[in-house]
Amino acid sequence: MSNKLINLENISKSYDNHLVLDEMNLYIRENEFVTLLGPSGCGKTTTLRILGGFESPDTGRVIFDGKDITKMPAYKRQLNTVFQKYALFTHMNIAENIAFGLKIKNKSKSYINDKIKYALKLVNLEGYENRMPDSLSGGQQQRIAIARAIVNEPKVLLLDEPLGALDLKLRQDMQYELIRLKNELGITFIYVTHDQEEALTMSDTIVVMNQGYIQQIGTPEMIYNEPENAFVADFIGDSNIIDSIMIRDELVEILGTKFACVDKGFGENVHVDVVIRPEDIELVAPEDGTIQGEVTHIIFKGVHYEMEVMANGFEWLVHSTKMFPVGEKVGIKVDPFNIQIMNKPESEDEEAVQIEE
Amino acid sequence: MKNKFFKWLSLPYIIWSVGFIIIPLIMVFYFGLTNKNGSFTFSNITSIALPVHFKSLLIALLLSLISTIICLLLSYPLAMILSNMKSGNNKLMILVFVLPMWMNFLLRTLAWQTLLENEGVINTIFRFVHLPALKIINTPYAIVFGMIYNFLPFMVLPIYNVLCKIDKNLLNAARDLGANEVQTFLKVTLPLSVPGIISGITMVFIPALTTFVISDLLGGSKILLIGNVIEQEFTLNSNWHLGSGLSIVLMLFIVISMIISVIFDKDGEGSAL
Repeated sequence: MSNKLINLENISKSYDNHLVLDEMNLYIRENEFVTLLGPSGCGKTTTLRILGGFESPDTGRVIFDGKDITKMPAYKRQLNTVFQKYALFTHMNIAENIAFGLKIKNKSKSYINDKIKYALKLVNLEGYENRMPDSLSGGQQQRIAIARAIVNEPKVLLLDEPLGALDLKLRQDMQYELIRLKNELGITFIYVTHDQEEALTMSDTIVVMNQGYIQQIGTPEMIYNEPENAFVADFIGDSNIIDSIMIRDELVEILGTKFACVDKGFGENVHVDVVIRPEDIELVAPEDGTIQGEVTHIIFKGVHYEMEVMANGFEWLVHSTKMFPVGEKVGIKVDPFNIQIMNKPESEDEEAVQIEE
Repeated sequence: MKNKFFKWLSLPYIIWSVGFIIIPLIMVFYFGLTNKNGSFTFSNITSIALPVHFKSLLIALLLSLISTIICLLLSYPLAMILSNMKSGNNKLMILVFVLPMWMNFLLRTLAWQTLLENEGVINTIFRFVHLPALKIINTPYAIVFGMIYNFLPFMVLPIYNVLCKIDKNLLNAARDLGANEVQTFLKVTLPLSVPGIISGITMVFIPALTTFVISDLLGGSKILLIGNVIEQEFTLNSNWHLGSGLSIVLMLFIVISMIISVIFDKDGEGSAL
């Protein structure tokens, strides 16, 4: 990864006295696939619109390639956007849609035609030049929107929930398509989504946002395995988040039972949040477990069983390929390495909120 | 069962259209294509070529064209301002424009007659502040003025309607692809609002072309539009045959306008009223 291409400095934005972004700082490197992830209203789309030039921040600066572009109008910026509902020009055919940006830049006819061919090939829609946008399926329209953006050779492609309107199968196909495109084009992608699976699949870096704050920045593995707070843990994947006490380094008391862990430096007898992923819980015979409980629920999910185990007054979510029927007494065992300790949020603002989809 | 019920529901409409659309149309064609003895003739229609009739048609076409163009030039910026307003504010503004339409058309035109008269309200005020008197009553200017005043809302509303329906993201997409405000307007907003423009043009041009009340009241019966000629054939001269013949000619222009508007407005986007 090379130098910083985009730098957001102290960006704040509010609508009607409602703070959407609060003193946000974020840098994005060249050739990175960055995903802004969070529930609706977390400020991710606003961040993208500020980058695209469709909104201006109340305070702060946007630095692009070393230059301050905070006040630069959208049409002068060297980035292109793929909009949520495609935003194709319905009064133009596909070729005219793709040529829109190039015609404005007064490129030659032969150059434009070559570019149209190249872009349609890149998105696997060769021969669609004369079709009208209305006659295309959602997935095809989205690919045209991408083609229309990339023919302008932007340094950065902004994507605003581009797969939101597609069905599951198509969405998965398009995820691979986007990764392939990013690698072929070698440009920076900034992707906005509320879908954690999309974020984990495609990104080099994930920026988890909530209520105008960045909650955590990291690789998909870091975000998933070492969430920094309960919000991130809850938003990314399923998890058991338990109010606990850190007794001392490498020992945590969860629901009155002491568990060995690997985290250090939280101090002694400090209230913390503990995250244990459901697939990291091992169900064993009662006498072999650290704590004992009883299976209360079971659902077959295909790859695994999803079970709920009532133990020490907490309903533990467990994913396992082994089946334990409802009513069975089981023991719960967790590898110390799989117990993730997190600081309690310091202020109300950082508090994990109910996730709305 | 259900189908039968709906069939009965459409009965009043059928009676209405037969009684007030189809039968009168047949009568117009019957009178237009016969002479006083009841025998078939084209002379009523071809009489449009008579200088006095042809001149009135030309004046009507010219004046309605001018008022349509001025209406369009006034309406488009207005519709753009309205469509960019926050909802709530624009409702009030639209009400202001629609409000006069609730008052009788004849009454409003009569009011303008009193206002524009040589010794009327406006000139009295002008004289009082030592401005030169306005001499537009009984001139084509007054007729154009009356047409614009009466038909402006019919231009504003369809254009406003299509402009509101344009996805703001399309404009953002154009800017994103490098188009400045002028290019965005010319390449996206304007082409996408064509259905509304066409619909507005038909809704202003046709009533302006066929009017006889405005030219009667504000033109002082000195300037005869084709509508006045037809009206006089029916009322003063009691020559229904000639009146119907000229009506058929006028109908031709209406049909042409309708065809144009249908071609441009395939999705019915522009139909505001």
